[in-house]
Amino acid sequence: MEVSAELEAKADEYIGHYPDDQRRSASLPLLHLLQQEFGHIGEDGVRWVADKLGLEPINVLELVTFYPGLRQKAPGKYHIRVCRTLSCAMAGCHETMDKICQVAGIDRSGVTHHDPIAISEDGKFSIEFAECLASCGTGPVCLVGDDFHEGVTPEAVGELLEKYD
Amino acid sequence: MSEEATVNVQVDGTWIQVPKGTRMIEACKQAAAEVPHYCYHPKLTSPGNCRMCLVEMGMPPRPAPGEEPELDKDGHAKIGWMPRPVIACANTVAEGMGIRTDSPLTRECREGVMEFLLINHPLDCPICDQAGECTLQEYSVEHGKGESRFLENKVKKPKSVEIGPRIRLDDERCVLCSRCVRFTREVVDDDVLGFVDRGSHNVLTVHPDRPLANNYSLNTVDICPVGALTSEDFRFQMRVWFMRETESICTGCARGCNTLIGSREGKIYRQTPRENNDVNSAWMCDEGRLGFHYLNSDARLTEPLVKDGAGHRPIDWPEAIRRAAEGLAKYRGGGLAVVASGRMTNEELYLARTLAETLGAAAVDIVKREGEGDGYLVHADKNPNTAGARAVLKLRSPGSKLKAIKKGIEDGSIKALLVLGENLLKAGFEEGTLKNLKFLVSSHLLANPTAKLSHVVLPGAGFAEKRGSMVNATGRLQRLNKAVEPPGDAREDWETLQDLNRAVDGLDGVGEIADVFAEMAERVSAFKGMSLSKIGGGGVHLIDTDERVPLLEREAERVREGLIVG
Repeated sequence: MEVSAELEAKADEYIGHYPDDQRRSASLPLLHLLQQEFGHIGEDGVRWVADKLGLEPINVLELVTFYPGLRQKAPGKYHIRVCRTLSCAMAGCHETMDKICQVAGIDRSGVTHHDPIAISEDGKFSIEFAECLASCGTGPVCLVGDDFHEGVTPEAVGELLEKYD
Repeated sequence: MSEEATVNVQVDGTWIQVPKGTRMIEACKQAAAEVPHYCYHPKLTSPGNCRMCLVEMGMPPRPAPGEEPELDKDGHAKIGWMPRPVIACANTVAEGMGIRTDSPLTRECREGVMEFLLINHPLDCPICDQAGECTLQEYSVEHGKGESRFLENKVKKPKSVEIGPRIRLDDERCVLCSRCVRFTREVVDDDVLGFVDRGSHNVLTVHPDRPLANNYSLNTVDICPVGALTSEDFRFQMRVWFMRETESICTGCARGCNTLIGSREGKIYRQTPRENNDVNSAWMCDEGRLGFHYLNSDARLTEPLVKDGAGHRPIDWPEAIRRAAEGLAKYRGGGLAVVASGRMTNEELYLARTLAETLGAAAVDIVKREGEGDGYLVHADKNPNTAGARAVLKLRSPGSKLKAIKKGIEDGSIKALLVLGENLLKAGFEEGTLKNLKFLVSSHLLANPTAKLSHVVLPGAGFAEKRGSMVNATGRLQRLNKAVEPPGDAREDWETLQDLNRAVDGLDGVGEIADVFAEMAERVSAFKGMSLSKIGGGGVHLIDTDERVPLLEREAERVREGLIVG
């Protein structure tokens, strides 16, 4: 993990938002910053944040493993998060998931609680289930990167994936 | 807090008075109503996360304007009970509060919490080290449902994880009480433990870069209410219910941490700290805790030895005493010296002193043992009884006479030497110097080069194999108790010294160690009015020193801040 001067400056700015004896408060902003930059937070990312804030690495690891939104594994070029909370589940999100995997060539058979992300063989797409994405009336919904898509039925999957290349 | 106001609290129908600010759980304890708990520990902060200490609570309702509060038959305002329970560990009492620790609501709460805790807990008590001293086991019997309604598969978690050089973790047994996390963070400032992941996958762990390796890590095993954290040293060695626990003190340094020695059939299996708020709080260092293994060593001397050509041959005790006494008496009146040890008890030191007095020894001193303190409990003085030696042997500067003794041996003025429990080759003496002696008698626990050079070798007893007393760095007089017998024919050192005294002065001496102490109390002013039985389990303050215990100072600070009960 190579941290650019720009990233370093940005991190310092975030840390500056908090009183000096409460640097720890900048943990989450820094983790988000790393994830935006590198797509995920690896082992060295955890160490970097801990060093930056004067924490023990376990303090940061606790956060990274607690939040499903923080990824410990590098995703594909486009990362898809399919909502599986009640409304979307009833609207058929599991069929949507299966369809996306089929079209994108992703094998989810190895997915576990501790390793929730599956990646297509060509590395173009990666996918995981997410909890409520806050659009219960328009399920099934999903996020591709930061783009939000509603009504993603299995039929709509092909057209959706074509937008990403 | 004694000066402050007290409040009236009703616990299970009985009114008691407790200081304002007392935690509900402590008030219940004072009323002899023990509230079950996992996460609560008086020496640590109370996160209130285990929910086991839920109790029913009530307060007197505020009377309507112009109305007087309704009183019960004891004259206390009647209590309006709350429909929901509260945790007793993190809430404090208030005037007129009522607590029910045995009501149907309280019992139902405990049953529910136990059921949740047992959902994913493995049923491996028969092979679990904690069995027999496990609160999960105990509370299951006392407060559990007795049967499980859980039909699903238990969550699998990491087992037998090495989280530090001395600690092994079983995550499936962990109840996530966080006592260990708080101990390492709050007491020893080594915040390396944490919970990763979430929900039913939540596990205790360390970051691979930072294992739990501090010198106090084994305390986490003690405070773990279940069998999650186990000691590499003790696990699978002995079932706890077979062990006898003897109150004693650690002799690893001048702190004198209070301990329990767990032994069975003459063998020591573990040492755990015993709470003493004037010495070690509830903790002890790993080094001291594990520092008993030499007692089980193969190098232990088990019979008196006499020099025979190049080697030694065993002889019986009367013969050994006779030879030692004769050999020393030959150089009566300035021709001999005594090197005692700061690891000896007061009683042994006193008998060494009388022996030296009778023989007119040129000098008596101890060997200094300086190391480093750690700012918590470990003391820089590695002798457990320097303060006692100062008082008993009237030493102004312990260790300062060794040079003169060495010189005396070299110039031939000192011809005989009695060495008690010290290997002089590690204390600045050379083999050549000791070979200059006409007569060398020494007592030891383990075979060592000084023993090898001795004409008579007397096998001694280790700290857990004898009774006696010591004075720690803060001037507290504390007692050693005998947990196991010394190996073979080895004897308690005070008996050996007593026999040497008898052989030299021809008197009967005293009968028991308590009598030795009594005689010492008459002759050494610092011990005036004391007796061995008066010392008690927690020791007594004997000598005023300026020493403070850094760990206790910080604990007192946290008590003042209201963070912990203490």
